[in-house]
Amino acid sequence: MTSFALTVNGREHRVDVPRGTSLLEVLRNDIGDKSAKFGCGLGQCGACVVWIDGHPTPACDTPVEYVAGEVRTLVGLGRPDAMHPVQSAFLELQAAQCGYCIAGIIMSAAALLRDNPRPTRDEVTAALERHLCRCGTHLRFIDAVLAAAGSTLESAP
Amino acid sequence: MTTDLPASLVSNPWISTWLTVTDEGMIGLRIGKVELGQGIVTALTQIAAHELDVPPEAVLAAATNTVSSPDEGLTAGSLSITVSGAAVRRVCAETRELFRRAAARQAGLDVAQVRLASGVFAAPDGSRIGSYADLSGIVDLHVRVGDPSLDVELAPPTSKDLARVDLPDKVLGRARFIHDLDFEGMLHARVVRPPGPGAHLEDVSLAQVASMPGVEGVVRDGDFLAVLARREGQATQAAEALSAAASWSAGIDLPDSDDLSGWLRSAEAETSLIRNDAARHDDSSAVVGATFSRPFLAHGSIGPSCAIAKYDDGRLHVWSHSQGVFTLGRAIAATLDLPPEAVVVQHVEGAGSYGHNAADDVAVDAALLAMRVPGRCVRALWSRADELSWEPFGPAMVADVKASVDENGTITDWSYELWSNGHTARPGYTPRHGLLADAHREGVAMLPPAVDPPADRGYGSARNSVPYYDIGRVDVTVHRLLTMPIRTSSLRSLGSHLNTFATESVIDEVAMAIGRDPLQMRLDHLSDPRAREVLSTAAAAADWGAPLPDGHGRGVAFCRYKNRGSYCAVVADVEATDQLRVTRLTIAVDVGRAVNVDGVRNQIEGGAIQATSWSLFEQVRFDRRSITSTDWESYPIARFSQVPQVEVHLLHRPDEPPLGAGEATQGPVPAAISNALADALGVRVRALPFTHDNIVAAIDAQT
Repeated sequence: MTSFALTVNGREHRVDVPRGTSLLEVLRNDIGDKSAKFGCGLGQCGACVVWIDGHPTPACDTPVEYVAGEVRTLVGLGRPDAMHPVQSAFLELQAAQCGYCIAGIIMSAAALLRDNPRPTRDEVTAALERHLCRCGTHLRFIDAVLAAAGSTLESAP
Repeated sequence: MTTDLPASLVSNPWISTWLTVTDEGMIGLRIGKVELGQGIVTALTQIAAHELDVPPEAVLAAATNTVSSPDEGLTAGSLSITVSGAAVRRVCAETRELFRRAAARQAGLDVAQVRLASGVFAAPDGSRIGSYADLSGIVDLHVRVGDPSLDVELAPPTSKDLARVDLPDKVLGRARFIHDLDFEGMLHARVVRPPGPGAHLEDVSLAQVASMPGVEGVVRDGDFLAVLARREGQATQAAEALSAAASWSAGIDLPDSDDLSGWLRSAEAETSLIRNDAARHDDSSAVVGATFSRPFLAHGSIGPSCAIAKYDDGRLHVWSHSQGVFTLGRAIAATLDLPPEAVVVQHVEGAGSYGHNAADDVAVDAALLAMRVPGRCVRALWSRADELSWEPFGPAMVADVKASVDENGTITDWSYELWSNGHTARPGYTPRHGLLADAHREGVAMLPPAVDPPADRGYGSARNSVPYYDIGRVDVTVHRLLTMPIRTSSLRSLGSHLNTFATESVIDEVAMAIGRDPLQMRLDHLSDPRAREVLSTAAAAADWGAPLPDGHGRGVAFCRYKNRGSYCAVVADVEATDQLRVTRLTIAVDVGRAVNVDGVRNQIEGGAIQATSWSLFEQVRFDRRSITSTDWESYPIARFSQVPQVEVHLLHRPDEPPLGAGEATQGPVPAAISNALADALGVRVRALPFTHDNIVAAIDAQT
């Protein structure tokens, strides 16, 4: 076991885990943040995407020792009483079926809006391209991200 | 109310099985249908709240378990709203009247004088008598439904959609899925599967793996091989080491993937005549004959199958995302030689499954392993590769169709012959050893062949094999294979997918042969006004008949699911240049009364996009020994940029019984895409999926 220091959603954690343990396992099983999901373990589906130093990154194939910078997960994106606009839009548009893929999709969408507050439909599509959804909820996701972009603009000072 | 009881109430007739009213005023609703991401818990909560006239927040639907929930069988076949919805509606209506009667007695009024609004019973002058909670002490719900002394009238159809009750947790990242369950001291299990079907374990050294860090157990039971470890990563590493330490026999021969049709036609099979009108094709003015096929298709859940089990004091608790927790519980009991009442299965939401995937299998994995470590929770999770290679696939199918037309352009005779593996291997349908771990433990080389649901459940292979059109003589023959080298079970819509694709393609081919518009051809053979209306609605919305640019095509298709469920018409627009792109799907559906309109739209959109993915990209790949499409690169599904625009037109039928929505689009979408592709290219592609290879092969075959 090796000791690693990790900042997740603004809080510092120290975990004793074997070298090579995935960030996803540390988040879910050591820290108890179940928001990011295991989908493939291969970085192919995007269910486990979290921010590392602000970059949307699959946590399933990122060994914990390679994590440089703060980690942010869906739990740290917004709170029930202060949701991120993307989260609000997902609820408003009922953008989910089973909802297993949305933890990663919302993180990628939020990163897009941070860097590009007024994306086109094609830009949203491109930002979500790495994510797989099996229920076929793609169109609602895109609409929700575009709606969130609109609300971000409206609420901007 | 003297109407027949809904099926779920015949088998679960006590109101107290379904409902509890607590002193705090909460309505506890117990249901036997499970949440699969289709929104059923929300829809049933909405029905209950509406019928009881209480705010939806006052209704708490408990996840299904085998101890306290009504046994409503499987959550499958697009029947949950029809069956469970009717039961919940009836139970709640009767409960409401039992409370009204109690309120009347308490206030010394006639029952008819008691008003109810937002959960509070009141006298005609508006004075409050009491809420459900206030009256709960004097109302006995341990009574059977169907009390003839109750004057029960169902509330008028509701119009306000309840938002999905499970969504806030999911959007906020709270633990909600079975994958998120965590118990103190829980062990992580990984099963090592054989390299291919029927391979037997010849030799394995367990000792080295047993001494790996964190490993708490290495299990060999026949051909079933597994590890238990404290940490998840340790379990995965130990499973890899165990796999490397094992040697296996060659296994059974898999079919030639380049000649699936030849294999399907020649394999041992059981033949059924679904319909036999002695169709003739000798004296017709035009005859169209063609062959259609689909490959094996994966359910491809984004979340690999997962289960947790714990054996304690002679009782086995299993947490599962199965679509049939009751049958699963009985199957586990049989597998482990436990009395059925010793096995408790609790449903917990998983990722979407779209039919019978490995949810039941992984529950057996967890159960078998939990028996080895009494008192400890064991969490089993399948790998992505195992999920894509060992789940039971939707079977490969091939169908020969022949249609004859008279001089007026009327289809007079229709012959259909189909070859397929069975479409269900769910527990309860097939004999022992249908679940993977059970078969591997016993050294069973080939799992018992999947069967087909009977006619009264809408068939399996034969689902929608009889055209819904008015055709004088129809013959339908189905050959269900009695050998199953590649494992199959229910995939969303079962045989309706290929059968509708084949039928609707031939309708177009006949129309083309006699020079009639494909939409008109359909309308000319459909007397059911609801069928005609979905077709004309979709056609009008899609601007049917408008000219299209070069390289573009438009196609239409229709299906009434199971020939007695929902009606669906689809117009597909495609662009066929170097790649086939589906640009737009215009869909009209009639699902009868829509309980939750947005929920229906969501199901239709999702089903259409999934069916587009099946049509364009999907096929399970294998060599003679094993499945080779084991990740998302080798089993691609539609990505965001490949998804068409989808426009859903929901016909308003508030007075018709609900017909279900979950599988309505699976058949007509590929058929409409196929017809649009033929319109664009002038070439008909009759083998799914419509990949570059299959399109080129169709062009080559024509020239």
